[in-house]
Amino acid sequence: MQYLVSVIDDTAGSATSDEAAAIDVFNERLQSEGHWVFAGGLGSPSTATVIDNRGDGEAVLTDGPFVESKEHLAGFWIIEAADLDVALRLAAEGSGACNRKVEVRPFL
Amino acid sequence: MSRQSILDVREAINEAHQVEWARLVAALAKRFGDLDVAEEAAAEAFATAAARWPVDGIPPNPGAWLTTTAGRKAIDRIRREHRRDDKEREAQLLSGNNPPEPLGVIDDDRLRLVFTCAHPALATEARVALTLRMVAGLTVPEIARAFLVRETAMAQRITRAKAKIKAARIPYRVPAAEDLPTRVSGVLAVLFLVFNEGYLATGLGTGPVRPDLTGEAIRLTRLVRALLPQDGEVAGLLALMLLTEARRVARVSATGELVPLGEQDRGAWDPALVSEGHRLVRQRLSSGVPPGRYQILAAINAVHTSARDAGDTDWSQVVALYDQLVRLDPSPVVALNRAVALAELDGPDVAMALVDGLEDQLAGYHAFHAARADLLRRVGRSQESRRAYDRAIELAGNTAEVAYLTRRRDQMVLDPQTPEADNHEYRGRGDSRGDQSEHRPGTNSTASSSASGAPRPQV
Repeated sequence: MQYLVSVIDDTAGSATSDEAAAIDVFNERLQSEGHWVFAGGLGSPSTATVIDNRGDGEAVLTDGPFVESKEHLAGFWIIEAADLDVALRLAAEGSGACNRKVEVRPFL
Repeated sequence: MSRQSILDVREAINEAHQVEWARLVAALAKRFGDLDVAEEAAAEAFATAAARWPVDGIPPNPGAWLTTTAGRKAIDRIRREHRRDDKEREAQLLSGNNPPEPLGVIDDDRLRLVFTCAHPALATEARVALTLRMVAGLTVPEIARAFLVRETAMAQRITRAKAKIKAARIPYRVPAAEDLPTRVSGVLAVLFLVFNEGYLATGLGTGPVRPDLTGEAIRLTRLVRALLPQDGEVAGLLALMLLTEARRVARVSATGELVPLGEQDRGAWDPALVSEGHRLVRQRLSSGVPPGRYQILAAINAVHTSARDAGDTDWSQVVALYDQLVRLDPSPVVALNRAVALAELDGPDVAMALVDGLEDQLAGYHAFHAARADLLRRVGRSQESRRAYDRAIELAGNTAEVAYLTRRRDQMVLDPQTPEADNHEYRGRGDSRGDQSEHRPGTNSTASSSASGAPRPQV
């Protein structure tokens, strides 16, 4: 069972060096214990571009994130876990490591 | 088989429902890995019993009959939905993935069910609703009525919770040993919420006390206690509920008004519940293990129920227990309770100073204003007391409590010109005793860490 662990940020800055070091330790643990699928940090919302190609014409490009909000997605982990209890325990550690709130959602 | 009377059959079905419902749902959930299937099949089995037993007679082993019938119903449903393969695979996954329970942890299907329904990833209201449906076997309309929610809304709440359990794979098992203490306290918080809603019903459309809910909470707590007999807090919560329930009949007057502890007819307390509660408290005391909050609250209630007359109450013991509780739970609601008890020991002025210090945190809490009104009354500040009663009445949700507070307020004479003369009557010796202490079961301001809303605090 895979879960998306989204990192929710309400600050503009990226991770401090302490946070980055803690994230590295956590990532290594995920890998050694077989929970690791993928992870990554994202650029700030202002670097986003929204594309809408639902119509017949050309794709419409819009500068900026699809939704303006105080909190934004700053990064994510995709983890493998037997059940939600395991995923929640890992997510709690991840939240501590990156010093931000996280959201856990199961993949379909 | 001879035909049995409709009454016998109805009684047999009710009894089977009490004894077998949770076991049935739990076993089906384990077998089919799906709470939805389990719930529906269990309900269908009981419906079939209601149709068949009057004709065929009550089977010699109702539990086995219901298990077989419900199992068939579940398989029928799965076939009907043409998802047999998927379901079987899911069931396999669920049961196959469960690691073996560590030795010493009691494994019971019903216990798994309780933990799943009270999972911290579910909203508090969803946990309460799901526990009442799956474990207690209340119907959706019954639960909707209990919480004054429309039936469709309650059905949706339960459906959504079941869907989340399935999609997010909330595990169906007794939690790992390291998670057990927090998870047990989550279960107890749910049971305490159910009890409190019964004990101090907030709905205007309901009676002031809901014995169906208090009774259900006690039954479920007994079940959890049977499954986790070594857990001190489970025993503490059960004792707290029993000692509170014991006073139920004496707590509301014939005219529907709340009767405070000090004025209750102690002869009407249920002696069997009192002695069972006392026995549990004594057992915990002799265990030598430091008590948790429910055990302390139970001990406080044991002190109250030990006094033959309200005047015999050992207030120094009550205050000492609140001191202990404050160390565990420094919340303002606990501090308020402690202050109210302290008024009996050190007088209303001392308590007044403490209560005033809590105003910022408790300004929206009716019991704060009720306690303050009582203290103000006792020190002769009638007009302020009246205003505090007004505020308490505005905020209180329980009809019996509103009736009681209204009478108290109206005893305060309105004329501000002659406060001294008016107050004399109320400061007489016979009426100097506080009226707020312990008519509610306890405090649960920190009983749940759920982000979706802490349980209603209780004084």
